[in-house]
Amino acid sequence: MSEVYFTREQFPGVVEKLLGRYRVFGPVFQGRYHEFSEVKKADEVDLGFQNTRLSPKELFHPQSERMFHFSLDKNDPDAGIVKEVQKDYSPRVILGIRPCDAKAFRLDDVNFDTETIKDPWWVRRRAATTLVGLACNQPCSTCFCSAVGTGPFDASTLDVMLVDVGDGYVAGAVTEKGGELLAGLDEARSVPAQAAEKAEVLKKSAEAAITTRLDVESVAGKNMLELFNDPLWDEVQFACINCGTCTFLCPTCWCFDIQDEVCDNQGDRIRLWDSCMFPLFTLHGSGHNPRSQKLQRVRQRFMHKLKYYQDKYHGGVACVGCGRCVKFCPVNIDIREVARLMSTSCACPA
Amino acid sequence: MNNPYLPYPVRIDSVVTETEDRNLKTFKLVFLNPEDETKFKYIPGQFAELSVAGLGEIPIGIASSPTEKGFIKFTVNKVGKVTNHLHNMQPGEIMGVRGPLGNWYPWDVLEGKNVVIIGGGFAFTTLRSSIVYMLDPANRSRFGEINVVYGARTPGLLLYKDELAAWEARDDIKMHITVDGTDDPNWKYNVGFVPAVTKQKAPSAENAYAIICGPPIMIKFTLPVLTELGFPPDRIISSLEMRMKCGIGICGRCNIGTEYVCKDGPVFTLEKLSTLPNEY
Repeated sequence: MSEVYFTREQFPGVVEKLLGRYRVFGPVFQGRYHEFSEVKKADEVDLGFQNTRLSPKELFHPQSERMFHFSLDKNDPDAGIVKEVQKDYSPRVILGIRPCDAKAFRLDDVNFDTETIKDPWWVRRRAATTLVGLACNQPCSTCFCSAVGTGPFDASTLDVMLVDVGDGYVAGAVTEKGGELLAGLDEARSVPAQAAEKAEVLKKSAEAAITTRLDVESVAGKNMLELFNDPLWDEVQFACINCGTCTFLCPTCWCFDIQDEVCDNQGDRIRLWDSCMFPLFTLHGSGHNPRSQKLQRVRQRFMHKLKYYQDKYHGGVACVGCGRCVKFCPVNIDIREVARLMSTSCACPA
Repeated sequence: MNNPYLPYPVRIDSVVTETEDRNLKTFKLVFLNPEDETKFKYIPGQFAELSVAGLGEIPIGIASSPTEKGFIKFTVNKVGKVTNHLHNMQPGEIMGVRGPLGNWYPWDVLEGKNVVIIGGGFAFTTLRSSIVYMLDPANRSRFGEINVVYGARTPGLLLYKDELAAWEARDDIKMHITVDGTDDPNWKYNVGFVPAVTKQKAPSAENAYAIICGPPIMIKFTLPVLTELGFPPDRIISSLEMRMKCGIGICGRCNIGTEYVCKDGPVFTLEKLSTLPNEY
């Protein structure tokens, strides 16, 4: 990893430079919390955050997205024909993304970008984006990234990793794309020995701050049906109110609905985030619903994250340990505890 | 980049009301762009998303056979928003089709085998596709004996009545048509539930595979009959339904355990289903 350094004072200038070359998205303080959004001026970017309340998945998989347009105008020769719409795939930078959230995109790639079927919007946005991550110097109490295969300083799914060393930033290029981004910055100079040392110290202390240990790998080795039928789900689902907050906040939850919306005689086919917490998610036209009960829906969420995903793709669990679902669950359901129950459950011999 | 969500525009060529309750209609669709028909290469057992702009999409099994050229057919039950609208559409109107989607009946495995087809109610669409496909002169010699058990509640609820009669008259396919009950004195076929008729006709399991589609209650009571006849779970094939949106394994709603019904299915062997959660 080739590393450069720029001072805190130089940072706004660096952002301005990027604004000249890319569309820039970064954490912006919205009055109550930080949120990733497009910035037009360097001072809008605020890296003084722990993590955003909503994950940046919105930037690749918007909460509502126009897929197609159609006309229902009887005089239009193309009435009723669904057509593609123009989208902006010009180069962009996501600045200040946390390593966990970047890892989530990698986990979601297996869903949106496969050998045979490619989601065109996801794939194009991924290709157009350079991820400039920000290492976590001070993980939250709910963070458990290192228990699920990533970490506060994990640069593996980023293009550039920034470490805030107090008086400046150490910036390391992880990929070629990241190298190109840094190459255009004449503020960059070689990393002072002191800054490099500081970055190392911060890394150690951040990693030490995350004490959660989970044995999620062992869930992969368990029999799917035994785990599915385990009584643990009774306990896990008890308090759940099926609000869906966990699924909307989760950076790896990708499920969506497709709906047509019409105004006058013009319409759009749009896709919208959906949630396995809702009964409508699986309701058949006939009225039959394979997941009509709360227990089934709660079980689906955790089994998908921690069991089905592992078994299907063999790339670890579909969780990056960001802790958002833990922090914002109104009834304190804790995925760390569920993971523990799942890894310790067993069909005990009588 | 090919957009897998974009439907091919099609024109409704004809609409046939199939059943006496008028809840099932067969739509014959013709591609607006002839090159789209070439791209829409399907195999019996697959499904497609029917798209009506302004209403949405619905996943429906393909009822035509790839041996029938120039059109595709879908038999649609009237249940919800899209299907109700579709039932009011007329020949000449424009809609969309996206697919083909999902896997298919394992024709390479079925080659050289006897095939027992068991269908109930309106779950006979991809079975019709399969029968037409196997009976095609170019294909008939690839398969052994063909037995078909097909039942509906009443004679008027059977699909494809003209074709059923034509198949009855052939000697290269054994038809066992049945109804749960009828007061029609001229009814010349069987009366009885599908499981009972299957047991009575007892198609041999020797060198045979069974494909079974129908309402859950019919499947539930027919499976033990097939087992009794000697069909092992890896030779009993079924097709599942599920609420779907994308149809290509991305939107996340149609999974049974690790399997997406839209992409890894809808066709599964009983052997495979027994390894999955009973959540369908």
